[in-house]
Amino acid sequence: MYIIVVGGGKVGYYLTKTLVNEGYEVFLVEKNPAKVQVYRDRFGAIVMQGDGAEVATLAAAGAGRADVVIAVTGDDEDNLVICQMARERFRVRRTIARVNNPKNEELFRKLGIDVTVSQTNVILSIIEQQIPERPFVHLMALRHADLAIVEAKVAEDSPVIHQPIWQLELPPEVIITAILRHGELIIPTGQTVIEPGDELFIVTKQQREAELRELLTGPPA
Amino acid sequence: MRIVIVGCGRVGSRVATEFAAEGHRISIVDQRQESFRRLPERFPGQLVLGTGIDEDVLRSAGIESADVFIAVTEDDNTNIMAAQIAQVVYRVPKVILRIYDPERAEVYRGLGLTVICPTRTVADMIEQQVREGHPTRVSD
Repeated sequence: MYIIVVGGGKVGYYLTKTLVNEGYEVFLVEKNPAKVQVYRDRFGAIVMQGDGAEVATLAAAGAGRADVVIAVTGDDEDNLVICQMARERFRVRRTIARVNNPKNEELFRKLGIDVTVSQTNVILSIIEQQIPERPFVHLMALRHADLAIVEAKVAEDSPVIHQPIWQLELPPEVIITAILRHGELIIPTGQTVIEPGDELFIVTKQQREAELRELLTGPPA
Repeated sequence: MRIVIVGCGRVGSRVATEFAAEGHRISIVDQRQESFRRLPERFPGQLVLGTGIDEDVLRSAGIESADVFIAVTEDDNTNIMAAQIAQVVYRVPKVILRIYDPERAEVYRGLGLTVICPTRTVADMIEQQVREGHPTRVSD
């Protein structure tokens, strides 16, 4: 599930922070370069400077593969256009707009915006209902070298349980960097045995992600 | 005709003035009082102070009985939202808007609005002028 948030005011900031913490793949677009600098220090490379209503910005943010675009700027006209551009140009299936003037809620719905909301907590509850929990989450793409950090929760029926890491047929260019087990962080070695319920933090080349997912969660249903 | 214009900049004020001179009923909306200074002294139309994306403001400008709606503020997104209110909520028969960004212009043209994109138009005209002359420098 890939979510693009446009607008780095208070709503956008806390929304992004919360979504990242929940394990969603998130990207934040903000106009103001000074804010972008601050957010980069906090969130890393998932923040970009740009005008979210522009095609070039949306394309660079990866709107082509986004499942949800959420426009939460302080201006209703901008939120409307961001959502419409995402839908019309990039076929984004779900668009959510923050409505600053409550009178605009009905209008936005008439104009094809899927969901309109006026408060951060409402946005969060809607997203949480609509996005099912996932065992394998892309945490972030690193700016350089095509790397990604992913988090994988090892299920009871995972093909890798009770195996030491050296025995796993991990794809090349993939490293399990840390394991969270019963609230404790383990830095694994080849001898470390994977147990059900483990949360694995993995650094991987982006093109290896699909292979890795299949190894850990089994072939796609 | 009853014409509602949002944005009293150079373009809006000029269009308002010309159509008013022909006897049409004009309402012009702008959120800054000083913008109305661009209109001639005895402008016969209605001046409405407020934002063109507020339905209450648009109703007081007579959008419900408008034949033509024109959105020409400096902000593309404001024009787009105002135009869609006119098109979808009030079903104004003719809705014209200016969008500077050519990509955005194309998207909203596809949604049944009459979009004028000055960026594209001017670029095309310049290109045509350059090509027409086939200018080549003759070396001496």
